[in-house]
Amino acid sequence: MGANETGPIGQAVRRREDARFLTGTGQYTDDVTMPRQTCAYFLRSPHAHANIRSIDTKAAKAAPGVVAIYVGADLTGVNGLPCGWLITGTDGKPMNEPPHPVLAQGKVRHVGDPVAVVVAESLLEAKDAAEMIAVDYEVLPAVVSGVDALKPGAPQIHEQAPGNKCYTWALGDKAAVDAAFATAHHVSKVDIVNNRLVPNAIEPRAAVASYNRAEQSYTLYVASQNPHVERLLMTAFVLGLPETKVRVIAPDVGGGFGSKIYLYAEETALVWASKHVNRPIRWAADRSEAFISDAHGRDHVTHAEMAVDKDGRFLAMRVTTTANLGAYLSTFASCIPTILYATLLAGQYTTPAIYCEVTAAFTNTVPVDAYRGAGRPEATYVVERVVHQVGVDLGIAQDEIRRRNFIRAFPYATPVALTYDTGNYDQTLDEAMRMADVAHFTSRKAEAARRGKLRGLGYSSYIEACGLAPSNIAGALGARAGLYEAGEVRVNPTGGVTVFTGSHSHGQGHETTFAQIVADKLGIDMANVEIVHGDTGRIPFGMGTYGSRSLAVGGTAIVKAIDKVVAKGKKIAAHLLEAAETDIEFKDGKFTVAGTDRSKAFGEVALAAYVPHIYPLDKLEPGLNETAFYDPTNFTYPAGTHICEVEIDPDTGVTEVVNFVACDDFGNIINPMIVEGQVHGGLAQGLGQALLENCVYDAKTGQLLSGSFMDYAMPRADDLPTFKVSTKVTPCTHNPLGAKGCGEAGAIGAPAAMMNAVHDALLGVGVKDIQMPASPHRVWQAIQSAKAGA
Amino acid sequence: MYTFELKKADSVANAAALLAASGGKALAGGQSLVAALKLRLAQPGTLVDLSGIAELKGIRREGTHVVIGAMTRHADVAASAEVKVGIPALAALAEGIGDRQVRNMGTLGGSLANNDPAACYPAAVLGLDAVVHTSKRKLAAADFFKGMYETALAEDELITSVSFPVPAKAAYVKFVQPASRFALVGVFVAQTAGGVRVAVTGAGSSVFRAKALEDALAKSFTADAAKAVKVPATGLNSDLHGSAEYRAHLISVLAARAVTAAG
Repeated sequence: MGANETGPIGQAVRRREDARFLTGTGQYTDDVTMPRQTCAYFLRSPHAHANIRSIDTKAAKAAPGVVAIYVGADLTGVNGLPCGWLITGTDGKPMNEPPHPVLAQGKVRHVGDPVAVVVAESLLEAKDAAEMIAVDYEVLPAVVSGVDALKPGAPQIHEQAPGNKCYTWALGDKAAVDAAFATAHHVSKVDIVNNRLVPNAIEPRAAVASYNRAEQSYTLYVASQNPHVERLLMTAFVLGLPETKVRVIAPDVGGGFGSKIYLYAEETALVWASKHVNRPIRWAADRSEAFISDAHGRDHVTHAEMAVDKDGRFLAMRVTTTANLGAYLSTFASCIPTILYATLLAGQYTTPAIYCEVTAAFTNTVPVDAYRGAGRPEATYVVERVVHQVGVDLGIAQDEIRRRNFIRAFPYATPVALTYDTGNYDQTLDEAMRMADVAHFTSRKAEAARRGKLRGLGYSSYIEACGLAPSNIAGALGARAGLYEAGEVRVNPTGGVTVFTGSHSHGQGHETTFAQIVADKLGIDMANVEIVHGDTGRIPFGMGTYGSRSLAVGGTAIVKAIDKVVAKGKKIAAHLLEAAETDIEFKDGKFTVAGTDRSKAFGEVALAAYVPHIYPLDKLEPGLNETAFYDPTNFTYPAGTHICEVEIDPDTGVTEVVNFVACDDFGNIINPMIVEGQVHGGLAQGLGQALLENCVYDAKTGQLLSGSFMDYAMPRADDLPTFKVSTKVTPCTHNPLGAKGCGEAGAIGAPAAMMNAVHDALLGVGVKDIQMPASPHRVWQAIQSAKAGA
Repeated sequence: MYTFELKKADSVANAAALLAASGGKALAGGQSLVAALKLRLAQPGTLVDLSGIAELKGIRREGTHVVIGAMTRHADVAASAEVKVGIPALAALAEGIGDRQVRNMGTLGGSLANNDPAACYPAAVLGLDAVVHTSKRKLAAADFFKGMYETALAEDELITSVSFPVPAKAAYVKFVQPASRFALVGVFVAQTAGGVRVAVTGAGSSVFRAKALEDALAKSFTADAAKAVKVPATGLNSDLHGSAEYRAHLISVLAARAVTAAG
């Protein structure tokens, strides 16, 4: 597909950025040091829910090394943190949007809610001083589950959200669904808990803020996935500063998974305070702090039903979900369990009618927002668990129940607002089944049974909507921002190319993938391409990286800018070659007069653009520097099938993933090695959710029980099987790269495949229902309960 | 971490004197204490570093016993020829503690003095009926462990070495808590001169002997005999990672596996 068939596109080029990461020379936010810098420490609420009667900072302010201490009342003129997406409820009213203060204003609503910031000469002194702050709390009853928060009599968290409700929202044709259910041959039902997860990027959040009195400007280094969005929200909504006076730099960032998309209280407080103390201020979360202050993921409770005919054809689906949003609305919290969730409930299937109703609740927990997949893992889990149940109920094989309902004609308009442009779900299912050796599963199951073990096979035929997003569609659905991307291609006089992208790399490998595209399209060596990202002082206004959008949207913006460079290059070459512009062809790095051997190399044209001695100055500006903004016309729809085989030890409840295969369709692939790495990482997170990770709050006190790696089980290398992954390609029809995105697929597809496998394995011992994570304890309990009930 | 004074001791007597004078805490391998310090969960004014005391290190065979110095690192126990020959179950236990970094720093004496209810070493000490030698006296295993994070040690008393009798057969099987990878339940089974002993860690507030399993295995040292014993859940730990009933069940399952492993 490249401009050059032997060019870098499609090659497994090693990641150029890895040399600095692996040799410890990456420059992360916490590596930034500044003259006269101070350290900040946030005093956080130890209570899940409490009124603040008083805060006494007198002794703390007098402590050694303290520069300043600020509490909520000091932040005059500072607004609350905004939510970037307005959801309109089924009652036609806008969602309840209670204030989200930077520092607590009279009340704390979750353990970890920031109450005061101490700025001191050293972190040690800041911590010591924080212990001297006397906060008089009136502890209130707390509620931590979304379902409990909506019950009458639950503790009320916000005055502006009666009954702790943010909204009840719905999508789909309820009447059509009800009608289909009324006459259906059979209805399969599942009750699902999508467990709350803590993101845990390897680099905790960090920020360094400084103020320049001469320029009256601020510079913020921050571990962020989207520096321009960070700046826009902070300046326009919270601090009331001109954007021109704030530069946000997200340097090397050690993983995000969504948790670094948002505008957080900490960096906002630092920017504000940096002017007041007129010194740079640094802060980095420690891991314990990350657990109680980074936005969490998932946390849905769902009842789903599928109505089917006697042949297992899906007639209608009905889904009711309670989403826990935590104590405050994080930046994109409102759209995750709605726009990015219910729209995916068609899955890969022709289900003609779907109705989904979502009620979002406030609770005394850390805010919940996008986490790798964001809404789409939750949707896939619902669809694939209920499809599995249909197969079980009707005695139809799991591949066959899927095949009977696959979408095969494209474009396909789902009953839940999306139009899939392309796909081939049979081919990914076929290949996954071949890879998983489904044909011999029965004999493996029998062999395991002889050893006293229970084997199960689980399928997940997932779809995701990526390449976020067409701004007009997003806007119509409540987005308060655009979702285009920007790219600038700056050709230097000697032919080297610097690319400025609004996308941000925090592990995705942009410096390699984007350089492959540029080198391929311009026919130049990758070594002559530099990718710049993450600095609002250098890059065009871009929207950052999330939702598997970097290649499909950010990459396309770069391609569009390259197209402009080539178009201008043709004009220059035509002048140099004394030919008509329409006769100039660009291929393999050369501008050639069609049908002749007369050509100018790309470098020669670049030089002429900057040393315009022989140049059409009367018609054309010098220079070769082009910018493009790209707003996609549709989402992209990566899809595939994952198949998981597990073996369960009924004596201990241990589930071993003995085989896991993934066959994914990400459209065209630029770098298969990076794609494979992304899939492996996503699958690891999917396995984490399915078998290990669980964020647990104490129901009475609201304390986070899984507040460290001692109790929160992050997957380790030896928890993972050797994943077998492959790809099939149906190119995306609406971007020039034909790319769909691959960053989230593993986390989206894997949990359902694993849990369907666990259910399959346990079916024979009478277990009908088990929730994530399928920990040894839970599996053992489920087996005991089934035995007791039998 | 709070600020503290660090004193390096060069002998057991010196360490005991420093502890008595300062009221501080002894620092062995630091794999629990340093983590607690970092989280500001402990605030000792003085730490007395034991790492420079030569007499606390080393492994030697003394007749029917393997004697291990208190400051011997887990990695050294795991790699020791004396331990591998005499008590392979103990070498394997040490090899399974924490991760490589922990094993290269953590010490036998530090682990025992801390007496974490989910630590591995207490199961070996109780399971083998080892003798704990201290700067003041020697203690039978049964007298050493007193309860959750509690031992018979006085504030200024140091473990100097542990003397492990070589068993006829022994094995330790650990079922890890998925997050911390400490023992959710760990069972040490041994055929000793004094009979079959079964010591359990992770399941209770401190290591304990499972009498019913010992009786069953004394009659028939087989996996089936162990598995048939129903251990009562009363008094066992119950938390996020496992109910008391689950832990009780695992004790029998792991004891059976340990019998098989012991050969």
